[in-house]
Amino acid sequence: MALTDEQLLSITESPFKQDFPLLANNPGLTFLDSAATAQRPAVVLDAERRFYETMNANPLRGLYGLSVEATAAIEDARARIARFIGALDDAGKPEASSIVFTRNASESLNLAARTLPQVVGLGPGDEVVISIMEHHSNLIPWQQVCRATGANLVYLRPNDDCVITPEEIEAKVGPHAKIVSVTHVSNVLGVENPIAQIAARAHEMGALMVVDGAQSVPHLPVDVRALGCDLLAFSAHKLGGPMGIGVLWGRKELLDAMPPFLTGGEMIDSVSETDAVWAPVPAKFEAGTQDAAGSYATDAAIAYLERFGMEALEQRERLLATYLTDQLRALPYVQVIGPADGSRHVGAVAFNVEGIHPHDVASILDMSKVCIRAGHHCAQPLLTWMGLQSTCRASVAFYNDKADIDRLVEGLGTVWGIFHGSL
Amino acid sequence: MAVSSATPASLYNPQFMDHVNNPDYNYQMEDPTHVHEGINPSCGDDLVFSVRIGDDGRIEEAAYQGHGCAISQASADMMSDLVTDRTPQEALELCDLFMRMVKGEVTDEDELERLEDAALLRDIAHMPARVKCAELAWRTLSEMLSKDGEA
Repeated sequence: MALTDEQLLSITESPFKQDFPLLANNPGLTFLDSAATAQRPAVVLDAERRFYETMNANPLRGLYGLSVEATAAIEDARARIARFIGALDDAGKPEASSIVFTRNASESLNLAARTLPQVVGLGPGDEVVISIMEHHSNLIPWQQVCRATGANLVYLRPNDDCVITPEEIEAKVGPHAKIVSVTHVSNVLGVENPIAQIAARAHEMGALMVVDGAQSVPHLPVDVRALGCDLLAFSAHKLGGPMGIGVLWGRKELLDAMPPFLTGGEMIDSVSETDAVWAPVPAKFEAGTQDAAGSYATDAAIAYLERFGMEALEQRERLLATYLTDQLRALPYVQVIGPADGSRHVGAVAFNVEGIHPHDVASILDMSKVCIRAGHHCAQPLLTWMGLQSTCRASVAFYNDKADIDRLVEGLGTVWGIFHGSL
Repeated sequence: MAVSSATPASLYNPQFMDHVNNPDYNYQMEDPTHVHEGINPSCGDDLVFSVRIGDDGRIEEAAYQGHGCAISQASADMMSDLVTDRTPQEALELCDLFMRMVKGEVTDEDELERLEDAALLRDIAHMPARVKCAELAWRTLSEMLSKDGEA
């Protein structure tokens, strides 16, 4: 799908780079690895600092103004995050208490995997359904849960067009399914999975639906009600927030029913020598002092995205992904992995250069200050299933522009030249 | 921002690429006395290294087979050339020198000259992600000779 002149013009320059100190200060740098971690805008860095300069106190604990202010800042962050993902209560207000802070999406998913088995009474003969395109973070926790409980791990697999079909969903999410946990967007193939259909089937079979939103929440307008899921995990650092903050959203009744994951300070109502009473959610899942500055800075990161609107950012990213895919496909020695239609790639486009190991491709590109990822992308079962050892992956965010992609393509020309003696 | 001093020309230079594209030691050896496999699971580099130690106690012939990135393959070819006609003890010392070079612990040019072509890989010291690739052959040989692996 070729872009129109008008579309091409709209991605020729990036009005956003000036907001990101690392990009603004390194004009020669081509950052095409946002699927691994996004760059952070100055407003996020400022927020992190502002927290420590103006409201630093241990939230929840203190009975003085400063601590109350810190607590309020975190509650505001929860409310913004809830609104951002459509977690509204019956009155249409953001349901702040449904937002649990963790360290990252991996921890959110581990929290789910360690606590849901107890809720659903997972045991031998039951099934946990995931997809073959899961990141290890949404794969290993369930694999281990299945080994411990005797449940079977079942994989949804996409067809040749990278689609998990309705037939596949019906075949794999059956009456024995107790938990279904699927990534919204694949970090390798870049495709968006039919979460709403999978969730509907899961619920029909009486199973709970967990969604790994690490690659979707930063790039698409996500609405947990539209997805129909029970839990949603994602990381702040992929949407411009700080590293070390993850989110787990959950349906309130489910969060109430889940046992704690970590225990200790802050997560109790009362403790005796022999027992403890858990605090209400979300505190029940937040043992110990939290990264309050990180939560506050996450609020700033989402406020920054909201300034432009996720619909507008998504549209720009689709154009960038389309241009990226088209340019890669135009190189005779490059094979794009995943859909040929670039508009189906949410951020990430995996590819290989014929006969050249992805690590060599990435190293040579690095020498031209082009940053891409190479390896198995923490999705080894997917690559093995596809008969691949490793791939290159370029991924875009809204702050990229056409010139970034052109520099990648030029760098790939250098890679090919070095290996074929024309340089 | 830390920027690597390496350029495509400094590491992936014609001399290095010649080891990649026209290796002298990438073949199945007849009657080896030692065979050892080395893998880098995360990159998929896989190398089987063979040597034949002669009656005089020296490495008569060295060869490798397998697949991987250019750095692991070129490194294996350079190493095979270097250790031919050496004693196992000398080879082990060279392995140690190489591994210290790619970790950036040895930069003295005179000392690195002992590594001959393999000294071309000194820039790996600035590319921590690639140290494992460069080391694979040397680690494999070192393991093989240290434990005196079986043929």
